[in-house]
Amino acid sequence: MRIDREEVLRIARLAHLELAPDEVARFTEQLDTILNYMEKLRGLDTQGVEPTYHALQDLANVFRQDKVGEVLPIEKALANSPEREANFFKVPRIVEERG
Amino acid sequence: MNGVKLYELTAHEIRALLEQREVSPVEVLDSVFGHIQDLEPALRAYITLCPDDAREAAEQARKAYADRSGAPQPGKGALFGIPIAIKDNMCTEGIRTTCGSRILYNFVPPYDATVVSRLKKDGAVIIGKTNMDEFAMGSSTENSGFFNTYNPWKKGAVPGGSSGGSAATVAANGAVLALGSDTGGSVRQPASLCGVVGLKPTYGLVSRYGLVAFASSLDQIGPITKDVTDCALLLGVIAGHDPFDSTSAPVKVPDYTAYLDKDIKGVKVGIPKEYMGEGIDPDVRRVVEAAISVLRGLGAVVDECSLPHTDYALATYYLIAPAECSSNLARFDGVRYGLHKEGQSLEDMMSRTRQEGFGEEVKRRIMLGTYALSAGYYDAYYAKAQKARTLIRKDFEEAFGRFDVLLSPTSPTVAFMAGERVDNPLQMYAGDLCTIPVNLAGLPAMSVPCGFSKGLPVGLQIIAPHFEEGRLFTVAHAYERATAWRQFRPALDAQAPAAPEDASGGVDRAGEAPEHVLPAPEM
Repeated sequence: MRIDREEVLRIARLAHLELAPDEVARFTEQLDTILNYMEKLRGLDTQGVEPTYHALQDLANVFRQDKVGEVLPIEKALANSPEREANFFKVPRIVEERG
Repeated sequence: MNGVKLYELTAHEIRALLEQREVSPVEVLDSVFGHIQDLEPALRAYITLCPDDAREAAEQARKAYADRSGAPQPGKGALFGIPIAIKDNMCTEGIRTTCGSRILYNFVPPYDATVVSRLKKDGAVIIGKTNMDEFAMGSSTENSGFFNTYNPWKKGAVPGGSSGGSAATVAANGAVLALGSDTGGSVRQPASLCGVVGLKPTYGLVSRYGLVAFASSLDQIGPITKDVTDCALLLGVIAGHDPFDSTSAPVKVPDYTAYLDKDIKGVKVGIPKEYMGEGIDPDVRRVVEAAISVLRGLGAVVDECSLPHTDYALATYYLIAPAECSSNLARFDGVRYGLHKEGQSLEDMMSRTRQEGFGEEVKRRIMLGTYALSAGYYDAYYAKAQKARTLIRKDFEEAFGRFDVLLSPTSPTVAFMAGERVDNPLQMYAGDLCTIPVNLAGLPAMSVPCGFSKGLPVGLQIIAPHFEEGRLFTVAHAYERATAWRQFRPALDAQAPAAPEDASGGVDRAGEAPEHVLPAPEM
């Protein structure tokens, strides 16, 4: 086994996924099969090989002037928000009140 | 226009009629929407149709042609007044964009993707948003969060994916042309399985601004069309540098139509033996070999070659793409848009929203990517895959030292039946064998129809060096002119059979699924 139930639960927490029990069982088995397949990469000699992060090798970082261009109006930016208050996206309380 | 069904025509054929004032853009639109009404109950290619916006755009184009001064000059506004479908992962201002996911079931973008604004500027008429595998992760459109799309050639068969809706509707004449996106074959493979033309441009040629990101070092938007000429016209409209996409390449866009109608005498064609061996259906191989003979007959110089690291491409891709997706999809948190589930805490709210909103394949890839990037595994998986990617890229560089283009099957098999591969992720992934290395290397590649096996279309993949799309058009157009595959039409287009039963892999999730909007008939 390359991956077990505990590891699947740990990864799910990292990824902010609250998996159902049947998904945990299925993913444990499927990810194990997939990771086993990935093992074939181990047999590949990559000594001295540079990684490719990007397919176009000659494209470097792109900069522009730090100048305000056209911006999205607040109403448009907030139009899809499930919960809002005034000009803000609203989320559950993060900081507890002091008792 | 008696006798001519406008919806059957290509964009360049419609353009000729518009220029001669034989028809108006409104008549074209009505013809296409009328046909969509016949098709959709069985095909289910569209998540959203936008008849009102389309009508308005067509009406404007009609007026422009009617008073002549507003009509495009010859050679300009290639798609002026032409109906086009857009894959539902490209933002359309004011038109719902779901990405095939329940987590975006209600998302109405506040802006247009660059490809969409370029199409509008050119005068194209956007008719709807097409179904897809959720977040473009899949090869059959069965991972759509809403419903399956079917292959117009065979009842119950998949259209391929992830751009299955775009390919199926173009094949069945439910759109004149369409846009798809291609991360590991998602334009080319459905084009192949549906018998239409599909192009993945060079990485960086088409702006990804406004495309919902899946794997940012691999994603490209590309045309799905009825023929090679339309493909050249559509690419010409969407290609070009965009300051809003920092991976967009600062290159000059040529007139791609200048590469059509050329002969291919002496063109050096390489056949990578790794793409013709084990894993390729023998019937598909035979059809592709026959296509190669046609090209040889046209004067191409054909020889075998090798891309020795092909065997590592699937493993490389299925580490890199999930790693990038796990990072890109972190933005779906229930705060700014899309589905939102209540929770006790911020974390609880996010986890419940994501659990509810993402489908199984998306979760599987987020899990795989998170694992590959996590402490202790990064070097063994992700870093190793990035190095393998270099070796795969160099294989192509070497081959293009000897050859102008490379040829292969697009997909190892023809369309398979819905439900057939859903329980076996690795089997589904193996279908991407011939398309994935192209994305890893950032190359342009096109799928063109090259025959049939068991009554289903086979696609020929043509691969060229970076920014040499022109070679693809020259070779594909020469092949298209020498053959006549387009005379064969899918069964669904000829006569509408009963709607296929939904297979077990794709369940209609009523309630939260977007309403499947059909336009009122406008006669």
